[in-house]
Amino acid sequence: MNMHPALSLALLALTLALASALVALPAARWPRALRWASLPLLGLSGVAASGAGLWALVEGLDLGLVLPLGLPWLPWHLQLDALAGFFLALIGILVTAAGIYGPAYVRGLENGRESLAALGGFSGLFVAGMLLVVLAADAFVFMVAWELMSLASYFLVAFHHDNPANRRAAFLYLLMAHVGGLAILLGFGVLAAFAGGFEFTLLREAALSTSWASLCFALVLLGFGMKAGLVPLHAWLPEAHPVAPSHISALMSGAMLKVAVYGFVRVVFDLIGQFHWQWGVVMLAVGSLSALTGVLFAMMQSDLKRLLAYSSVENLGIIFIALGLAVLFMATGHPTLAALAFVAALYHAINHALFKGLLFLGAGAVLHSTHERDLEQMGGLLRRMPWTGLFFLIGCVAISALPPLNGFVSEWLTFQAALQAWQLDSGVLRSLIPIVSAVLALTGALVAATFVKVYGVAFLGQARSRHVRRARAVPLGMRWGQGLLALFCVLLGVLPTQVIALLDPVAVAVVGTGLPQAAAGGWLWLTPVSAETASYSAPLSILLLALIAGAAILWARRGRVRRVRRCDPWDCGLTPPTPRMQYSAAAFAQPIRRVFALAFAIDERKPAATDTRPRYRLRIADRAWSLLYVPLAQAVESAARRVVLLQSGNVRVYLGWTLATLLVLLWIIS
Amino acid sequence: MLSAWGMALLQALLYPALAPLLIGWVRKVKARLNNRRGASVLQPYRDLRKLLAKETRVAHTASPLFRLAPYVVFVATWLAAATVPLVARDLPTAQIADIIVLVGLLGLARFFLALAGMDVGTAFGGMGASREMMVSSLAEPAMLVAVFTLAMSAHSTSLSSVIGYHLADGFVVRPSYLFAFGALVLVALAESGRIPVDNPTTHLELTMIHEGMLLEYTGRHLALMELAAYLKLMLYGVLIANVFVPWGIGQAFAPAALALGLGAILLKLAVLGAALAVGETVVAKMRLFRAPAFLNLALLLALLGLLSHVILEVGA
Repeated sequence: MNMHPALSLALLALTLALASALVALPAARWPRALRWASLPLLGLSGVAASGAGLWALVEGLDLGLVLPLGLPWLPWHLQLDALAGFFLALIGILVTAAGIYGPAYVRGLENGRESLAALGGFSGLFVAGMLLVVLAADAFVFMVAWELMSLASYFLVAFHHDNPANRRAAFLYLLMAHVGGLAILLGFGVLAAFAGGFEFTLLREAALSTSWASLCFALVLLGFGMKAGLVPLHAWLPEAHPVAPSHISALMSGAMLKVAVYGFVRVVFDLIGQFHWQWGVVMLAVGSLSALTGVLFAMMQSDLKRLLAYSSVENLGIIFIALGLAVLFMATGHPTLAALAFVAALYHAINHALFKGLLFLGAGAVLHSTHERDLEQMGGLLRRMPWTGLFFLIGCVAISALPPLNGFVSEWLTFQAALQAWQLDSGVLRSLIPIVSAVLALTGALVAATFVKVYGVAFLGQARSRHVRRARAVPLGMRWGQGLLALFCVLLGVLPTQVIALLDPVAVAVVGTGLPQAAAGGWLWLTPVSAETASYSAPLSILLLALIAGAAILWARRGRVRRVRRCDPWDCGLTPPTPRMQYSAAAFAQPIRRVFALAFAIDERKPAATDTRPRYRLRIADRAWSLLYVPLAQAVESAARRVVLLQSGNVRVYLGWTLATLLVLLWIIS
Repeated sequence: MLSAWGMALLQALLYPALAPLLIGWVRKVKARLNNRRGASVLQPYRDLRKLLAKETRVAHTASPLFRLAPYVVFVATWLAAATVPLVARDLPTAQIADIIVLVGLLGLARFFLALAGMDVGTAFGGMGASREMMVSSLAEPAMLVAVFTLAMSAHSTSLSSVIGYHLADGFVVRPSYLFAFGALVLVALAESGRIPVDNPTTHLELTMIHEGMLLEYTGRHLALMELAAYLKLMLYGVLIANVFVPWGIGQAFAPAALALGLGAILLKLAVLGAALAVGETVVAKMRLFRAPAFLNLALLLALLGLLSHVILEVGA
């Protein structure tokens, strides 16, 4: 068979991921199998996947393949088009970084009691599942791959299963993944009922009425939204993502959430193929709620990895805001603006993958070096782990959407798309979109506050505990893994026109038009709508920043005394400051906690003045639990108690029920 | 084209040259209102020169970031200022960075300022950083929404275009502009650390925000930080003056137009500075937790401006 080399490369990536799972099996006896064979293979799989993805993007390929696997009358359909290629490249870059980073990281786990074979095996299966979801071209393969991804990641979440909290988190994750999977399956079912088959080419042709299409939209929003951690379905995410080993957390937050975005885009934009403004409004509402809730809760966390997980909720919210704008603009007949919003969503998707992956790897490096996830114990890590500190700083600046790094570009594009709302005819939509952009602005500012807290408390100041004071730099492999992602963060920030040129074929394939005017003024100038409307030149900004910095250094160092003398910090003339006097993470967040007190369920116990051993306790619970999850669980339980009445233990009664069911079914069919 | 870039460079240099003068002017007017004679309006220049000549001291506990931060803060603030048209309207720098980038650059400066505050590990720095981030996380959305109002009217986020649109419009009072003006004034007060949100002259530990973060800085580092703060005040002043009252700004790069532009902006800044001084004299500083209400008012005004624009002005 004559296969396009890009497709062979994608299949090679899949095979390498499976091979990585296979060679990890002996790790139970030879722990080094994981470090020496399994993780390098995983890294190679990432390289192959990103190569195949980039190939498909650059050449704008649209390839199909039928594999004689699975059921006899239902062969596997695979495809590699621009959309799949983009997400393949995204996953590939992260898997590569995890493959470079992993060997040094898992070394710290070799003396633990957890099974390394399980870690390596399920990591390989997890990556293979993600790649296969993106490559799938029929609903059947898609669901199989989706479940493979969900199940494999369940075992990775349950990796540290000694801790009962982790087992609980893993179970919650499994439960939510299956409810979500069910919704997706039903969504495909709606489509397939009108299409007469499961292949995407057939599903695309399906002619759905508006109500059926809306039902399908609601189901996939529920299903993929659950996986993507959209509020109010997010509660599992901050429980599950942090407890996996850090390079897996990076893959889960960075890549798996994007697979959910991919699934949503594939079904809503590609397969359903019709757009209604009401869908856009729903997505804007869900996205805004997720963005704001996510960042507020991220601000309140003191567990570093949990904080990063909440921040993923926020970023997925931003992606869905941009996608919602795209749906709105498509529904109202502005395909160019839809392309702008869609490109903003894709740009933010890859940005989030990069900086969240980077931050999780950084959190892993801190964990590896200090065995600490609690911000309140950290401090002064920049001087002990300079490289990790530098890369983490790049990640923090990028995620806070500050120029000149990548996070800013996607946020800027989203704002530009929102600012085109004046072109809409409906006054309601024209006033809704600005409110959403206000939420987005508030979110951006709160993210900056959150990451000032993270970096300031963890990497600056002085160590707040003894084991953090003894932290040492991490091995080279871990630094390289972080460095790779940091490099991409910088590149995607400095060269936005090139990145948008790469994303263009995806927009052309999915929305129908690209952004040809984005680079109309040359590669230096990013002009998403037109040169008069808005322009941003990241390379020139960097150049000017550097020039002014040079001038500032020359100017400031003119003084007579150039040497810098070290001294003690200002202590008000009293006792010298101790690390305990520093602002803690909870103290830093206190003003914002007070301003947004309504959003949280706060349980605060202040010590009385007479306490001999004063203790301050603060618990901040997610309102989603008390408002949604607990009532739902109680409803399920009470329903189960009613159903229990059927369970009499008597065979004749059971047979009676069976007969009755049969009769009812026959009556329905006839 | 060269003359345009030359003009941009000249204008960028005018900012740090004039910013201390504006501060000196505000202080002078304030002193007169307090029945004091006050220092000369040139005093801020002398302060900067003195700081540059002094020895720079850094705490033992400081990390490299502490020494890097003054440069980042100063450079980002200056670049942000350089994108705001001062004497002439049509600038290439306004193409490099539009208003959203300007807000982003100010955010970058604030990010490093707050980190520097937390670096030494004293309580004051953390206190200042925490409060600054709280104030800014409420002020920044108000600023962006106010800016969106202007951008939606002009259908452009480039400051040159926004000002040009307003100039071409003539003396039309738009409700959205009035709301945006109110919001921007409140944001400018909060962001440049003026009364009633912060007091630039206090060193009382429990009330300071901006000064708390600078407490450990000395010598040339302090000079850069101070100059960045002056620049920020001037940036907001010029932004408000030239966006809402753009008349007089140079439309061409002819000497007469530029001279007129310079005179006009100096006059506008003098009026704004005097208004600021009067405001700071008659209003007391708020408690910290009153500041959110103040900033929510700013956000509300900005949102009202945006809504009145999309509802009243787009269809018309």
